[in-house]
Amino acid sequence: MTPDLSWIFLSPLLGLILVALVPPERTCLIRRISAVATLVPFVLSVWAYAAYDHAAGGFQFVQSVPWVLPLGISYHLGIDGINSLLIVLLGAVSFTAVLISSSIKERIKEYYILLLITILGTYGAFLSLDIFFFYFFHEVAAVPVFLMIAIWGSEKREYAAMKLTLYLAAGAAVALVGLLALYLASGVQTFDLVALQAQLARHPIPIGVQNWIFPLIVVGFGITLTLWPFYTWAPVGYGEAPTAVSMLHAGVLKKLGAYAIIRFAIQLMPQAAHVWMPFIAALAVANIIHCGLVALTQRDLKYLLGYSSCSHMGYILLGLACFNTMGINGVVYLMFAHGIMAALAFALTGFVETQTKTRDLDEWGGITKYMPFVGTCFIMAALASAGVPGFANFVAEILVLLGAWDQYRWYTVWAVFGLVITAIYLMKAIRLGFQGPPRPQFASLTDARTTVDKLPYALLLALLILTGCLPTVILSHIQTSTRVIVESMR
Amino acid sequence: MVDPHLVWTAFFAPLAACVLITLLFLKNKTASSLVAIAGILTSFICSCLVFGQIFHTQHPAQLQQSLAWIHFDALTINFGFLMNPLAIVMLLIVTGVGSAIFIYSRGYMDEDPSAPRFFAELSLFAFSMIGIVLSNNFIQLFIFWELVGLSSYLLIGFWYTKPSAADAGVKAFLVNRLSDFGFLCGILLLWSVSGIAGGVRSFQFTDLAAVVPLLNPHLLTVIALLLFCGVVGKSAQIPLHVWLIDAMEGPTPVSALIHAATMVAAGVYFLARVFFVFAHSPTALTTIAYVGAITSLMAAILAVAENDIKRILAYSTLSQLGLMVMALGLGGPVQGMYHLTTHAFFKALLFLGAGSVIHALHEEQNIWNMRGLWKKMPITGWTFFIGMLALSGIPPLSGFWSKDAILYLAFKSSFTIYLIAAVACGLTAFYMGRLFCVAFWGKPSESHGGHGIHESPAVMTVPLIFLAVLSVIGGFIGIPHFLSPQETPEKLNMGMAAVSSVVAFLGLGFAYMFYGRRPAVDPLIALLKNFYTAMKNKFYFDIVYGWYVDHVQQNIALFLYRFEREFIVRLFLGGVTAAARAGGRTLRYFQNGIVQFYALVFVMGAVCLFLVLTKTL
Repeated sequence: MTPDLSWIFLSPLLGLILVALVPPERTCLIRRISAVATLVPFVLSVWAYAAYDHAAGGFQFVQSVPWVLPLGISYHLGIDGINSLLIVLLGAVSFTAVLISSSIKERIKEYYILLLITILGTYGAFLSLDIFFFYFFHEVAAVPVFLMIAIWGSEKREYAAMKLTLYLAAGAAVALVGLLALYLASGVQTFDLVALQAQLARHPIPIGVQNWIFPLIVVGFGITLTLWPFYTWAPVGYGEAPTAVSMLHAGVLKKLGAYAIIRFAIQLMPQAAHVWMPFIAALAVANIIHCGLVALTQRDLKYLLGYSSCSHMGYILLGLACFNTMGINGVVYLMFAHGIMAALAFALTGFVETQTKTRDLDEWGGITKYMPFVGTCFIMAALASAGVPGFANFVAEILVLLGAWDQYRWYTVWAVFGLVITAIYLMKAIRLGFQGPPRPQFASLTDARTTVDKLPYALLLALLILTGCLPTVILSHIQTSTRVIVESMR
Repeated sequence: MVDPHLVWTAFFAPLAACVLITLLFLKNKTASSLVAIAGILTSFICSCLVFGQIFHTQHPAQLQQSLAWIHFDALTINFGFLMNPLAIVMLLIVTGVGSAIFIYSRGYMDEDPSAPRFFAELSLFAFSMIGIVLSNNFIQLFIFWELVGLSSYLLIGFWYTKPSAADAGVKAFLVNRLSDFGFLCGILLLWSVSGIAGGVRSFQFTDLAAVVPLLNPHLLTVIALLLFCGVVGKSAQIPLHVWLIDAMEGPTPVSALIHAATMVAAGVYFLARVFFVFAHSPTALTTIAYVGAITSLMAAILAVAENDIKRILAYSTLSQLGLMVMALGLGGPVQGMYHLTTHAFFKALLFLGAGSVIHALHEEQNIWNMRGLWKKMPITGWTFFIGMLALSGIPPLSGFWSKDAILYLAFKSSFTIYLIAAVACGLTAFYMGRLFCVAFWGKPSESHGGHGIHESPAVMTVPLIFLAVLSVIGGFIGIPHFLSPQETPEKLNMGMAAVSSVVAFLGLGFAYMFYGRRPAVDPLIALLKNFYTAMKNKFYFDIVYGWYVDHVQQNIALFLYRFEREFIVRLFLGGVTAAARAGGRTLRYFQNGIVQFYALVFVMGAVCLFLVLTKTL
């Protein structure tokens, strides 16, 4: 028996239809349906991940139905080492995002419907092997984010929603131009990724054409990936968004940008990659250093995490720019590790914020005393983010640094220095918010006590530690697929 | 032959204890302490067995085992161990002293409600430290290097609701992180050139030892100095020594184990372990020797003006670490490791003695508020006395032998360094004598709740006695010979030994002269005046660093934040609005209300369409 990939994104769809049919006042039922509708694809993703034969490599469990023949559009799903890891990431983050959404108390039905649309869109984008469907699902995932920030966000929600959406829409438009140009330039009239790969490996697009398509795609999707200087939407967007959206966006949706850059830009236009990626590497350093230092000035924990997330994307971009297996493996690893870590950190911040009604670190102070479990988990998430060994982020970052060292020695030195900056702002955050004398006004705070309360945090933390201690769980799985990409760049 | 299973057991027993406590016994004080003690004792027993095996093996006794931790294409990062005489000596120190301190902690932490967390973190530390000792490659070493830093952070900030403790933890972590910046760059650089001989790149110590002599000497100097950055942080050498003094905010057993006996010595051990990198670079070695010597002297001076019993001991740790680093810089890994070993014994002893005092006096740490403790706490007093003499370098206690070995090495290499080190040793004897006279001598004071003071329980005094015995005999158990059996043990140079002893006795004599009658106020304040103020301010390092963080770093960050607000955001917002305006202005021409214009456009469009269609047909 092999996993059926369609069900991975059809189950949130089914769940969403069911939620739509349930009367809005039956909130408990809505929450349960949503939890199941995200648990099922999570389990299926893990199954697909385990069943994927990584020795054989290539795309597996493929489903293909021609759709619009004249334009070369087909419904084409499949997984390789890379996207099978990313759907596990999405599974874990989306399931926990639904679980921690119990703090949402108004317009519950609409909330879960929108959340499920985003989740199903993201699944669809990761699973699609057709550029048209990828783009379609990518947009499906993006639209509800606007509404969710605008409705359930905090004070500056309208500004944040507008800013985030405008930036991402602009990015998507630029990327769309690039993708269409790619479609036209390939000369095979197909949106099918597998067919394009085969065609372009034999007959590459002329370098002159590649050279202007490539930056369109990289910058377009780079905006999603908070490429410097297009990152300013992220801190405010994540800061004002409801917790689940911050988790999903910082954890997974933003990785769609990196995923698209790997799949559509680097792999399909390797010659242009050699021309352009060194510039991207320079921007990556700007990401790491600039966003890291700006994070130092932040007192609102969610903004701080937002800048931190932008800073970490620098390592992903740097890894993308080095054309070796260490770099690409590091990137894929970091997409997973950062996704889990960011989701965990945002979830815990949300947990505390719901009770304290503030995210200002100066006002928190010594929270761990009243919330030992949540405080400890946050400290561990922060340590993971700071690249402390034992957590997945360390493995990923070390791989990126090793990969980048030969090509970009001074950039890599800066990237290593970025680890110092990361440690500074995270230690500061822990010190201000979670250590020191506890505030009497917070004495009534309740920790995550029951197993159900603890489950989301424990699950994410366990994943971080597991993949941090046993990197082969991921590396042996992805390396056949990443090697294909590196070879296409030779 | 060495049994690898024993090594692996010694490696993972404390981790197992840590996991067990975290998952099951976070609410159970007794069980958690017992599990932690069982973990470290298992390690200790295994280490003893391995020691026996190595002792009976023909030289060179070395065993290496590796598992591939990360492996793809040309990259291999192993997880393994490299067991040799150096490693087993360090392992015995870590687990042996560790066992004593774990047992002591059971008594010391008895009243703390968070004791289970303490034992979990202490076990994590033991595991990480064993990892440093056993690692056979640079990445694995770096992993444990960081984990040791992490456990140190957690344990310094153990009482995290106390701001000073939380700050000290953060400081320790960040200073170490800063030094690891150089360290990691050094590792990356060394790795990138390790394929020079035509082989694949490697992180393994054994592979690199063969490659290093082939490297360009300038490059090697850069690598060696970058790696030394890590040592400067971990072993608290100048100018990154500032964290170690503040680290005394942690519970006293932590100060004893981590910030005196083992972790801070990891830098020295590292230098000895990968001495092959440094041995070929004279420039790097000289730098290392001077950094060590200056640290040693500076810390010894600062200790004289300190009044907190733990901080005095912390300065003396700094000073002794300086001596060890200096020994390595002078090309003497054996001497350095010898002093590391004896220092671990008597410094752990002194800290645990201090802990016993602090425990009895209900958290009193100022020596001027203590008096006549010897009579009240005879076991603590006697063992502290032994530790004090050993640290001062009084023959025939262990400290004398190892210090003398270093001083002799210095004398042979450079008279300047010898002089610095000798002065530092004399000062050591002086401030230790001062500490002892002030706190332990004289009549017991009745004012400070004098009746309540009594000797600590057996669970605390037995480890003291154990360590005191080691401090006495440490010079006679053949440590240097075991570390390098090929070299014929150098004859004790009687002249040098006499000078060292005289220096130590002079220091103690001066201390007795100043403090023997137990003055109420420190006579040095009047004697040294402004210099005393500078000493009190720790030579202004903290002030300068604080100024840098608050003004320079914060201002750079704020500037970049403003740059983002004022420039990047404006640029895009402005860009978007300008583009929209320009687009509107252009399109406005097409909507000018002139019907003829519309008709013209319409006809032109039709013509174009017609042309295109006819072309294609």
